[in-house]
Amino acid sequence: MAEPLVELQGVTFGYGRVPVVENIDLHLHPGQFAGLLGPSGSGKTTILKLILGMLSPQRGTVFVDGNDLQGRPSRRVAYVPQLETIDWNFPVTVEQVVLMGRIKQMGLLPWASRADKHAAAEMMERLGIGEMRKRHIRDLSGGQQQRTFLARALLANPDLLVLDEPTAGVDMGTQENVLRLLAELNRGGVTILMTTHDLNAAAAHIPWVICMNRSVVASGPPDQVFTPKILAATYKGNMVVFRHNDMLFVGQQPHDHTYRDLMPNPVPGDEIVKPDGTLPALSPETEKLIHSDVKEQQWISS
Amino acid sequence: MDQLLTPFQFEFFRYGFIAALLVGALCGMIGVYIVLRGMSYIGHGLSHAIFGGAVASYVLGWNFYLGAGLWGFVAALLINQTTRRYRIGADAAIGIITTASFAIGVAIISRYRRFTTNFDAALFGNVLGVTLNDILIIAAVTVFTLAIIFFLYKQLLFITFDREVASSYGVRVEWIDALFAFVLASAIIVSMQTLGVTLIAAALVIPPIVTRMLTDSFSHMMVGSVLIGALTAALGMYLSFQLDVASGAMIVLVGAFLFVLALALREVRRIRRPRLESELLVPITARDLLE
Repeated sequence: MAEPLVELQGVTFGYGRVPVVENIDLHLHPGQFAGLLGPSGSGKTTILKLILGMLSPQRGTVFVDGNDLQGRPSRRVAYVPQLETIDWNFPVTVEQVVLMGRIKQMGLLPWASRADKHAAAEMMERLGIGEMRKRHIRDLSGGQQQRTFLARALLANPDLLVLDEPTAGVDMGTQENVLRLLAELNRGGVTILMTTHDLNAAAAHIPWVICMNRSVVASGPPDQVFTPKILAATYKGNMVVFRHNDMLFVGQQPHDHTYRDLMPNPVPGDEIVKPDGTLPALSPETEKLIHSDVKEQQWISS
Repeated sequence: MDQLLTPFQFEFFRYGFIAALLVGALCGMIGVYIVLRGMSYIGHGLSHAIFGGAVASYVLGWNFYLGAGLWGFVAALLINQTTRRYRIGADAAIGIITTASFAIGVAIISRYRRFTTNFDAALFGNVLGVTLNDILIIAAVTVFTLAIIFFLYKQLLFITFDREVASSYGVRVEWIDALFAFVLASAIIVSMQTLGVTLIAAALVIPPIVTRMLTDSFSHMMVGSVLIGALTAALGMYLSFQLDVASGAMIVLVGAFLFVLALALREVRRIRRPRLESELLVPITARDLLE
């Protein structure tokens, strides 16, 4: 096996006296596509920042490509932040954001050279946002915004792409597009590490998952790691795992009630649920909207 | 026509006019970064902090520009560090550090009452006192600032847009922050005589805000803010002579007028803009689907 691209050895870090992450040992090999999972406050983003050299460990060492980072960023790593942290009213175009990825290669002059613009244009074309280059970042859809920040990261020509919740705050279709794109980039040779809260998306698209809650609980392929026991240790809650046609689904385990026990009538004051507990038939228009594929999957909820 | 040009016959006005023009452009240029970083209050706070430094350097017999400059630079660095290390909001850090520094100045004044008149000028601006030497210093700071912004344009843009991420792309954020604090402190010190401590904040904030309302482009905002800053200052100076009003106050009033004008223009644009299809759609509820 090749030498690890990223290696964390006994890493502990905290913002105050209480450590956020403790005694972390983690390896990431070239070409890997890994997801970092855990509840809020479990230290996922802290791990990313340690790998990015934005934080220095209080104990232990972070190596990138064999070099001890010591709180300095590595040129081989590029970062895609959470979209929620971006100021969408900032006066920049898509092209200006993408060009930021080339900041270390650009000269002293304030404007981008022809070569810089060409490289940015190629990257935008590759990610399908070529036509948007002159648009303000606010005027993009969620998927296009994610692609813009991916293009910025990829323009830095990294070996490792680090993404903080790239699927947060976007619809399911965009989520799938983003994850497919990441898988494509991974097949093209880029090592990827991303955090996510979406266990089902991780099960479907990410070949290696690391479950953590202040320390690493388990790591491996989703079908080995996503077990009720490991998920309970990670999230401190009951979860159920379904398998269907080689696919894995994770759901919350109801404790002693279902939502119908709690609220039989979803619209208060409007008795849309029949006395026998059944819901009224859907209108023909709604029936048409439901794709036959979706109907087939209804065994999960029944 | 001769009457319109009358003020330019006086040397003090010519000096004051040139100083105001440069200060307006300088504050407009730096103001873009201040406003986009969400630190609009820093101009107000830092000018008050520097007032403490100006009084202290007067008492200690130091050169005004050196003493007040060093004081302002240290105050700006302290604000930056307090905000980052102790997770105190920028507004609170500015409030504590700059008012404490201003209080030092007031305490010294109340102890040595003899020079209160000079500091009235520092508080409210006194364009009559602008000398050729002052103009040269303002010009030097403007050229220095222009050079810093020219050569660090991309880095400053990245830091202003996405500070945390910029460091992971190899931008030396701490170093550039310190340099920017120095530039800001220098700009405020050279602006004190023309605008006065109490009105500098407006010169830093109004031009970029006015331009921001008219454009979505960073480079246009930069150029526009410099032009509006210079225009505001020049027009304010001219009107202050004609109407016999304090120069700093008049410059700020012209800026405020342009702000109202920009607001009105934006409102007109908004009304004239054709509505997007998505704005015309009526949201569908679950109830609609069930019926």
